[in-house]
Order: sequence, then structure tokens, then C-alpha cells
Amino acid sequence: MPELWYAIAVLMLTAYVVLDGFDFGAGALHLFVAKTDSERRQVLAAIGPYWDGNEVWLLAAGGALFVSFPKVLSSGISGFYFAIFLVLWSLILRGIAIEFRSHVNDSMWRRAWDVGFAVASILLPVFFGAALGNLIRGVPLDPDGWFELALFTDFTARDPVGILDWYTVLVGIFALTALVGHGATFLAWKTDGSVHERSRALVRRLHVVVAVLWVAVTAATTVVNPDLLAALPRRPLAIFLAAGAAAGLATVFAGSSRGHDRAAFLGSSSFLAGLSTATATCVFPVMLRSTSNPALSLTAHNAGGDPAGLRTAVGWLAIGLPLAVLYFVIVFRLHRGKAVAAAEGEGY
Amino acid sequence: MGDALFLHRLQFAFTLIYHYLFPVLTMGLAFLIVVMKALSFRNGGERWNEAARFWIRIFGINFAVGVVTGIPMEFQFGTNWARFSRYAGNVIGHTLAMEGVFAFFLESSFLSVLVFGEKRLSRAGHFAAAIALFVGSWLSGYFIIATNAFMQHPVGHRVAADGSLVLADFKAFLFNPWAIAQYAHNMISTVVTASFVMAALGAFYLLQGKHLEQARLFLKLGTTAGLISSVLVAFPTGDRQAKLVARHQPVALAAMEGRFESGARAGLNMIGQPNVRERRLDNPITVPLALSVLAFGHTASEVQGLNAFPERDWPDNIELLYYAFHIMAGLGTILIAIMAAACLLEWMGRLERTGPMLWVLMLAFPFPYIAVIAGWVTTELGRQPWLVYGLFRTAQGSSPTVHGGTALFTLLGFCGLYLVLGVLFLFLVAREIGHGPSPATPRREEAHA
Repeated sequence: MPELWYAIAVLMLTAYVVLDGFDFGAGALHLFVAKTDSERRQVLAAIGPYWDGNEVWLLAAGGALFVSFPKVLSSGISGFYFAIFLVLWSLILRGIAIEFRSHVNDSMWRRAWDVGFAVASILLPVFFGAALGNLIRGVPLDPDGWFELALFTDFTARDPVGILDWYTVLVGIFALTALVGHGATFLAWKTDGSVHERSRALVRRLHVVVAVLWVAVTAATTVVNPDLLAALPRRPLAIFLAAGAAAGLATVFAGSSRGHDRAAFLGSSSFLAGLSTATATCVFPVMLRSTSNPALSLTAHNAGGDPAGLRTAVGWLAIGLPLAVLYFVIVFRLHRGKAVAAAEGEGY
Repeated sequence: MGDALFLHRLQFAFTLIYHYLFPVLTMGLAFLIVVMKALSFRNGGERWNEAARFWIRIFGINFAVGVVTGIPMEFQFGTNWARFSRYAGNVIGHTLAMEGVFAFFLESSFLSVLVFGEKRLSRAGHFAAAIALFVGSWLSGYFIIATNAFMQHPVGHRVAADGSLVLADFKAFLFNPWAIAQYAHNMISTVVTASFVMAALGAFYLLQGKHLEQARLFLKLGTTAGLISSVLVAFPTGDRQAKLVARHQPVALAAMEGRFESGARAGLNMIGQPNVRERRLDNPITVPLALSVLAFGHTASEVQGLNAFPERDWPDNIELLYYAFHIMAGLGTILIAIMAAACLLEWMGRLERTGPMLWVLMLAFPFPYIAVIAGWVTTELGRQPWLVYGLFRTAQGSSPTVHGGTALFTLLGFCGLYLVLGVLFLFLVAREIGHGPSPATPRREEAHA
């Protein structure tokens, strides 16, 4: 049961990264690939039907963690208290920027929301990447499984650690680059005209940086959490998933050079999905790693929820998740093809 | 730690009340939009379609603010109430996760279809999107109420070896009788709110002499739905809710009523000021026997007072609880009276020409919001000092590693952010109202043709 729920939580979070990732990337890029109002509206038309549903994966994954690993969720979220509120406030800014922009046809109003949308879309991947960095590096758990973290200490990634240090910031920048690259493949696929051209031109350049940073982050991880990569050779599943990530990255290059935009997007998706699931497979069963004493770490085994209740939850998830996927299929089909900027007053 | 506890409570209360101002309208409006779309299928129903189109725009703005202010709510269980999450996560995690999986996916997928998809879909398709959104938003309400109902009246659980709660009976938990009663009461109150808002806007346009045809529709639907729902919210749903409180939270009922002494043939205190130090209600006006009858169905029924309970189990803010309950009940009565008068005039064909009544309708729309908030304050303060009634005290639930100053900082952050958000929201809604529902005038400037 702990293995199953670990997998469910990881897969839901991965769905969140891949799906909300493309609209974060589109938001981070839109000031650069879309210059005029109608081009920006084209970007918003491309992500508009999806962004809210994509964000629901975060809430659903949070709910799944809540029910399956309440100890991990409560200790993790309260320990990162301040960072969580930065994330929440950025999500608020981002949501209203997308939704309010189109209501007033005024260039200043729209420029303000465009910048707000871009800033929030740039900050959030950095925050999420830094959060992942914290999970890999570990947190100062006390014997009751609680911790508190300063926003930063001396940036050394050694006790006393802070939320931001050289390693977590590096992972944050890696996450931002990867999601921006992902957003570029999405925009290249779903738009036409100048936005399409500019996005496609960025795809390869961005992914060169992504590949370099991937190597850098992997090297840094051996310093910060030697156990993680040490586990890789012994876990065939992790090797398979990491290979899937590498194949995805290769597909991005191959697809975009041949003009197969959808293939590039799917490649980028499988890169992100492979990376996230491979990492999760390597650190299993540790969910919250202790920086001081491995025995204090919260794991899928010692922090798992009640098995009987979780069997019930498998039951309703088996009904609910296929429905959610069905809604996504319906929405994707309704909006298939290239996105066009809506007429004034009729869309984003 | 006491200080931090107060700030955790204040932040949760503030962010929740603010958040709920938006879904309380969208849930009610989702129902009225389905009604309007259904009416539009009749002969000559195109004007109802226009009305629906206008309200869908208002809905969209409200929904956006509801979504962004709702995200922090789920996370605050973890940030501010970490020990509670660890204690009860195995149980309430179910309904919170189910809300995401069953309700939010449905809502978020079909919102843009409803708001922007009318041209792309057939009439039936657009109607189906309205129904999907209605079902999604009302399901979301159910899962949240079921979560709250567990905190009010825990059922279906068992205590595990480590002292935390686990699920023993999923059906009992999901269909908690408290949840069903509270859901009925709450969802009808959202229809009351949306009806008053609709009627207010109709009255406003009539008084302004603008958009007259649409204004009449708003008035007609607003007052009809308003009368039915404001009666239903009091009886049977409010009455049933009160009976559950009487049975399962007698100390909360005593505090709501400012009743200190126990006894049979209890009167209902209409007004008065609770004097907790002297343990009496000052200057009361009481309807004899009414409390015994309302709470237990018989004049001879015994109704306990606060003195029957140890003080450590009393709700910790009896004054606010008392006033919140009386404001809710008093406003509920006034709302019925307003809608009854409006419907009577409408039925006599004189509503449009009765200026004072239109003014009352136009200015009354904040009252259902106040009543709804007062009702929730009653529910949540009545639950105190418990976080999970009878099992787990509020003081046990806050996060151990979050200091008072940190909570105050984020609370102030929310105050600032939500002030800005509120101003923007009012600005956009005022613009939509200014443009009005009339299709003849272009709704937005067409500068970028």
C-alpha cells in the first residue's frame, strides 16, 4: 500500500509538472515571443482553456498526499511555511492576471497584467524547483517529525540549512529553464504566425541550456545527496525512467529540427515526466529527508496513512481520475488545432 | 503559543470568509444560470439566453476570484493547522482530495466552455456546459461541507494506535447526517444570495430606466427564486440544522441563545445582551416556550443552559456567537419579508412602478451575504473549543513550528493582497453592470478591430 500511494502521489505531481509546466513556460516567455496585443491574446488563447484545470492537479495531488501521507504533508507544508505563502500569492497574482486582462481594452491595463503574468510565471517554477531541491538535500527534522527552515542561511547546503542555498537555487533555475523550454514547445505546437516562429526558434537554444543544467544539477546532487545517485544502478525502473527523460530530450531536438512541433512537445513532456519519476524512484522510500540523522527521515513506510482508508481511496480514485482524464480529452479536442486570438470580448 | 493560536484562527477565518464571498454567489448563480438556459428553450426564450449570457460574465469574474482565493484554503490546513492535519488527515483528506478529483476538474474544464464556447457549441451543448458547471460547483460544496460536518459531528472514524483518527466507515463519514442537513441549508442560502443580487440589479436598471426588458427578467426570476429559497433556508433546512445543534452540541445552542440556566418550557430570546461574567442575558425579549418547541418539538422539553456544562467546554467567544446567530436569524426573517412583499407586488403587476420597493430590493443585496457569513461564524464558533467536536481541541491543532509573528506577517500580507483584489473585482463588476446585458450596444470598445 505505501508503494502504491507513493506512486499515485508521484504520478499526480508529475501530471501537474507536465501540464501546468507548459502554461508556466508560456507565461514566462510570452513577453518575448508575443509582442503585440493580438499575439499575447494568441498565447492566452492557447493556454486559457487549460491553465485552471492544470492547476487542479496541484490541489488533487495535495489532497492525495493529505490522505495518504498526512505526516509528510503536515510537516512539510508547515516547515516551508513562508515559502508556501510566496507560492500561494504568486498563484493568485498569476490567476487574476490571466483572467482579468481581457476585461478592459486598455493598453496600460493589459501591459500591467502581462508583466504580472510573466513575473509570477517565472517565480513559480523557481520556487517549485527550489522546493524539490530542499526535498533532495533534506531538512532539519526533529524527533517528532517537525522542522522549521529560515528562508536562507549561509547558502552552503550544510547544516544549518535554509530554504535557499546554492543547490536549491540551482535546481530552481534548472526547473525554470526546463519549464520555459517546455512552454516554448507548447507554443510552437499550438500557435501560428510570429509567435510560432519565435517560439520554435527558442526551443533548441533553450534545450541546449536545459541539457547543460541537467548535467550540472546531477553533478551537484552527488555532492548534496550522495545516496540518491548511488541508488540508481540498483533500481532498473529508475534507469528506465531516466533513459525515457533522455530520449524525450533527444526527441525535442529531433522533432523541432524537422518541424514536428507536436513531437517536440511530447518529447519535452516525457523529459519532465521521466526526470520527476526517476528522481522519485531513486529517493524512495524517503519523502522528507533528514539532514542530521537518516533515522529521523519521514518515509513512505513510517509516515504512511491507514491501509483500510487508503483502500477506500483507491476505490474512488479509480472512478475519479478516469473522469478527470476524460474532461481533459474533451477540452483538448474542443480546442484542437492552432489557437487563434479571440475577438474582443469573446475570450482571453 | 496562545497568541499564535489566535493569529492562526484569525488568518483562517479571514481568508475563508473573504474566499466564500465569491463561491456563495457563483454556486447560487450556477443554479440560476441553468434555470435561465432551460427557460431559453421555450418559444420566445431568446431573451432568457441573453440574460444568461450577461450573468455568465458576472459569474466568470466571481469564479476567477473564487478560484484564486480558494487555493490558499487547502494549503492552510497544512501551513497553519499541521497538528490537526496529522491527527485527522487520514479522514478529512478523503473529502478534500475528492473535491479536487470530482469537482474541480469538472468545473475548471467546463468553465471556459461555458464562458467562451457559446458560438462553438450547439444550444444543447452550451446548456450541457452550464449543467456541468452547476454540478461541479455544487459537488465542490458538498465535499467541503462533509469535511466541516466531520469536524462538527465526527462519525465513521476510529482512533488508531498512535492516537490519530482513521476511517472506519466511509459511507457513514461521507453521508454524515450533519453534512446532509448543513448542505441543504447552505446551498439554498447560496440561491438566496444569487436571487437577491439578481433582483437588486433588475431594480437598479429599472430605477435607472435602462435595459428595461432584461431588468424585468432579472426581477421576475430574482424575486421568485428569492422568495422560495429564503423560505426554504429557514424552514425546513435551518430548522433541521438547529435541531441537530440542539441534539449534538447542546452547549453551543445554549451559547447561541444566551441561555445560562437549564429548564423545561424554554423561551426563545429574540434580543438581549449576553452578560457572561454575571451569567445572565441582560434586557431580553423572549417568546415563551418557543425554544423548547423549536429545538425538541415539545413545550415541556428540557433545554440545557451553559451552567449545565463545565466552563472549559464552553465556546470561547459566547458574545460573538450569540450575536452572529441572532443576526443570521433576524436577517433571514427580514429577507423573507422583503421577497414576500416584492412577489406580492409583482403578482399584482405593480412592482415595476413601486419605487420604494425597487429601492429596497436594490439596497438589500448585501444582507444575504451578511446572513451567510453570520451563519458560518455561528457554526464555527459554536464548534469551539473543539476542532473535531468532543475529540480534539482547537488549541491542539496549530502548527508547532510556526510562530505568532510569522502568522501575523502572512495575515497582513493577505489583508493587503485581498484589498487590492477586492478593488479590482468591484471595478470589473461595475464595468459589466455599466455595459449592461443589452446586446444592441457593443459591450466592449472595439479598438483593435
